[in-house]
Amino acid sequence: MNIEGVLAQLTEMLVALVAAPLLTGWVNMCRAWLQNRRAPPLWQPFFLLHKLFLKEPVIATTASPIFRITPYIVFGCMLLACAIIPTISTNLPLAPAADAIALVGLFGVARLFISLAAMDIGTAFGGLGARREMFIGFLAEPALLMVLFTISLIASSTSLATIVSHLSSTELKILPSMAFAGVAFTMVSLAENARVPIDNPATHLELTMIHEALILEYSGRHLALIEWAAALKLFAYSCAGLALFLPWGVAAASDHVALLFALPVLLLKLAAGGFLLALIEALLAKMRIFRAPEFLATAFLLGVLALLVHLLLGA
Amino acid sequence: MTFPAGPLLSLDWVLLVAAAWLALGIAGLVYLRNFRVVARILFPLSSLGSLALTGVALTAVVQNPQVAVLPLGLPDLPFHFRLDALAAFFLMLLGVASAGISIFAAGYFRREEGTPPGLLCLQYHVFLASMLLVIMADDAYAFMVMWETMALSSFFLVTTNHRIPEIRRAGFLYILVAHIGAIAILLCFGVLQANTGDYTFANMRAQTLSPFWASAAFLLGLFGFGAKAGILPLHIWLPEAHPAAPSPISALMSGVMLKTAIYGLLRVSLDLLSTPLWWWGVVALSLGLLTAMFGAVFAAVQTDMKRLLAYSSIENIGLLVIALGLTLIFTAYKMPALAALALIAMLYHCLNHAVFKSLLFLGTGSVLHATGERSLGKLGGLMRFMPWVGWVMLIGIIASAGLPPLNGFVSEWLLLQSLLTTTTIPNPYLSMLVPIFAAGVVLVAALAGYVMVKFFGIIFLGQPREEKLAHAHDAGKLERLGLLWLAAGCVLLGVFPVTVIEVIDPIAVQLLGQGLAQSGRIGNWLLLAPVSPERASYSPLIFLLVTAIVVLLTIALVHRLYHARIRRAAAWDCGYPLQTARMQDSAEGFGQPIRQIFEPFFRMTRQLPTAFDRAPQYKVSVEDPLWQWVYQRIANLSEAISRVIGKLQQGRISIYLLYSFITLIALLFFTQV
Repeated sequence: MNIEGVLAQLTEMLVALVAAPLLTGWVNMCRAWLQNRRAPPLWQPFFLLHKLFLKEPVIATTASPIFRITPYIVFGCMLLACAIIPTISTNLPLAPAADAIALVGLFGVARLFISLAAMDIGTAFGGLGARREMFIGFLAEPALLMVLFTISLIASSTSLATIVSHLSSTELKILPSMAFAGVAFTMVSLAENARVPIDNPATHLELTMIHEALILEYSGRHLALIEWAAALKLFAYSCAGLALFLPWGVAAASDHVALLFALPVLLLKLAAGGFLLALIEALLAKMRIFRAPEFLATAFLLGVLALLVHLLLGA
Repeated sequence: MTFPAGPLLSLDWVLLVAAAWLALGIAGLVYLRNFRVVARILFPLSSLGSLALTGVALTAVVQNPQVAVLPLGLPDLPFHFRLDALAAFFLMLLGVASAGISIFAAGYFRREEGTPPGLLCLQYHVFLASMLLVIMADDAYAFMVMWETMALSSFFLVTTNHRIPEIRRAGFLYILVAHIGAIAILLCFGVLQANTGDYTFANMRAQTLSPFWASAAFLLGLFGFGAKAGILPLHIWLPEAHPAAPSPISALMSGVMLKTAIYGLLRVSLDLLSTPLWWWGVVALSLGLLTAMFGAVFAAVQTDMKRLLAYSSIENIGLLVIALGLTLIFTAYKMPALAALALIAMLYHCLNHAVFKSLLFLGTGSVLHATGERSLGKLGGLMRFMPWVGWVMLIGIIASAGLPPLNGFVSEWLLLQSLLTTTTIPNPYLSMLVPIFAAGVVLVAALAGYVMVKFFGIIFLGQPREEKLAHAHDAGKLERLGLLWLAAGCVLLGVFPVTVIEVIDPIAVQLLGQGLAQSGRIGNWLLLAPVSPERASYSPLIFLLVTAIVVLLTIALVHRLYHARIRRAAAWDCGYPLQTARMQDSAEGFGQPIRQIFEPFFRMTRQLPTAFDRAPQYKVSVEDPLWQWVYQRIANLSEAISRVIGKLQQGRISIYLLYSFITLIALLFFTQV
């Protein structure tokens, strides 16, 4: 651990905190344009967060301390996730603390707590949301791990920093296994971030919602933290996708010039990725909840296929 | 018996603990109906014995094997005992888990339950001592005697409330499966001694069997120990016996007794048979994956909290057998370093499961005493009335769900790392198949999270589903102590993995000839890196600290920059005015998605209400299909055979005399020839 590493680490966490709501805002903007609407400003999510932080949270009388601590835990988990994914530099002091498998575990902790918090109040919606969230999670988690396994076999490491530096040092070519893994990863990301076609972040209808049903009872600063954490999760997934499938531009351990360029490159890549997400959301319709297993099973099978292709063809 | 001159060896101390336990049991007989003495004095003393055992076992792991011959049992057939690294590890596991369970039991048992307290105390301590001696046994004779003592004492403990017919039935099923397993183990030892007539383990180690006989011994061992561990399809007794037994007994059986079966498997396959074949590993891997998937899927649809935990135990046994399979494959291909990784993942998971599953079973015991309910559908909202048990159980479910930074994750992480290294196996089919097993393991792990959210959420969160739950009382002081001990175990085993692996490592050296520490591959105290730091590393301490710092900093900043006000009101629930506790998700409802996806694997009977029902009813029961597919057929077959043989039984004395006469003639004929 050195001072440069600590600086890079802090920069990365700060960038995540600021850029994550901006990414959400950017996706909303793109979606508004695609739907032929006037778009809210890019920093609209910050206004929302500020407003929520100012409000007084109203908590159900039946809530236990788990309900109150959960927003902080979820926020902490997501920030840690953003900290260990090498987005700007691979020289991160926190990166050795958790590899790809631990990253999935980290998302698992956040999911466990938010589901428990939803069940805590004892309303019909809370339990329904918790059930659906765990259901989606149990289908998405294996698919995500299969993708990560494929990539860790290619890089012969599960450490994210090693994977990114391995991938970015190889020449630009499309490996068939990576193509399968990339599609699977995109599908999992859509499901995990409560996006169309699995969930629609813009509805409050009983039959359709998953993520919104989970956080129905939250208000004030708790809701703000959960919204921020959701933005961080989208940011983390986008960055992980970029780091794994388009790793060029991430600065190596002792490369100062590259470090300067890393941030603009990252933002450009994120902008393109955000537009793509908005495009997917504009083109697809939400599917019934019981179609979700088919969607995620497809992702899982693509992940397994990627692994097999890598083992069979060595590519 | 010659008393050792000089200071006592570790082995003597361990035997002393066993003797002390037996003495406590006999003291229980003296105070047969004196509840106060048994609960307040004998059980806490037993817990001290467990602590002493843990201490001795920890020092014994690194010592050279020690042997002792005790002139117990038959003349000319003394009991051999041996304390080596493998035995010491399992003794430590027994000590750690039973220390918490015994102190909990001191506060748990109530006057009104079936067996008198003193007798219960005797059975409990005979059970503890027999598990200890099974692990120490160094010849087949001592092993089988102790193994059967273990089965019998636990049978009596399971049937503590023997006035209830279901509990008697569960007990008989358990003892039946245990005995079928014991026969297979006996045959396994019979093969291992290779016609020398010498049943000591030392002799078995010295024999080299042909591949055929070695395989026969392995398969018999897998069957016999599998019956005890609950490997598919011999798992059926687990979901019956665990709910029937009092909670500390369920904890002891699930946490420790299942591990003695794993111990037996390890002893036979890696110590007594030193050269495993690669296909043994494949058999173990496949059985393990089937068992794990089956356990996880069935746990998700249970509505009885102890049955749910029993299925979750089956799942964990599956994971252990997967790790055993990996160890065997790597050993067969002469890759001791990778075998050591798989073995360490397995032993680590043994320890973890012993701690967190004991914790969960004890917690259900507290809930059961406070509410009198075992059915998830009648619980709910207990976090408010039983905060102690609630918080401790939260630790237990995070550990059991295999999430960082607690202990369940570490062993799961090691297992996945070990699965990812299988691509280096020189057999191309195997190296391609095994990563697919990784997919199965991951699916099981994800389902475990689902199960644990269901378990905790329905019992402890939400609103109480019954009126009487509002009077539920929290666990007593001794119960809390037991729960806290095990919860601390979950945290410490999770946060300091490198220290734990340093303790386990000598076993890998003993069984495989190579550990991880020799090649300096554990990592430093902060960072666990079992292969190399570039390849993979994990540091739960940093993980925990960073999350804690972020959480605290966020709380401080948000409260400072904005405000810390809070208002309490009725739940919003989208503005629906009528809300009752019965509108919450039920246990059946929570399991519904899993029932839908895995429908072909269940035997379900459903009763749905129609639109015209005056009193609409919804009923669903999910049964184990293996009852129908396997056990029912065996039962039918044996009944058919008995019907045929039963024809011999005419009930007239002249016919029986004729049988004797024919037998006599036949025997005379044979002796003539």
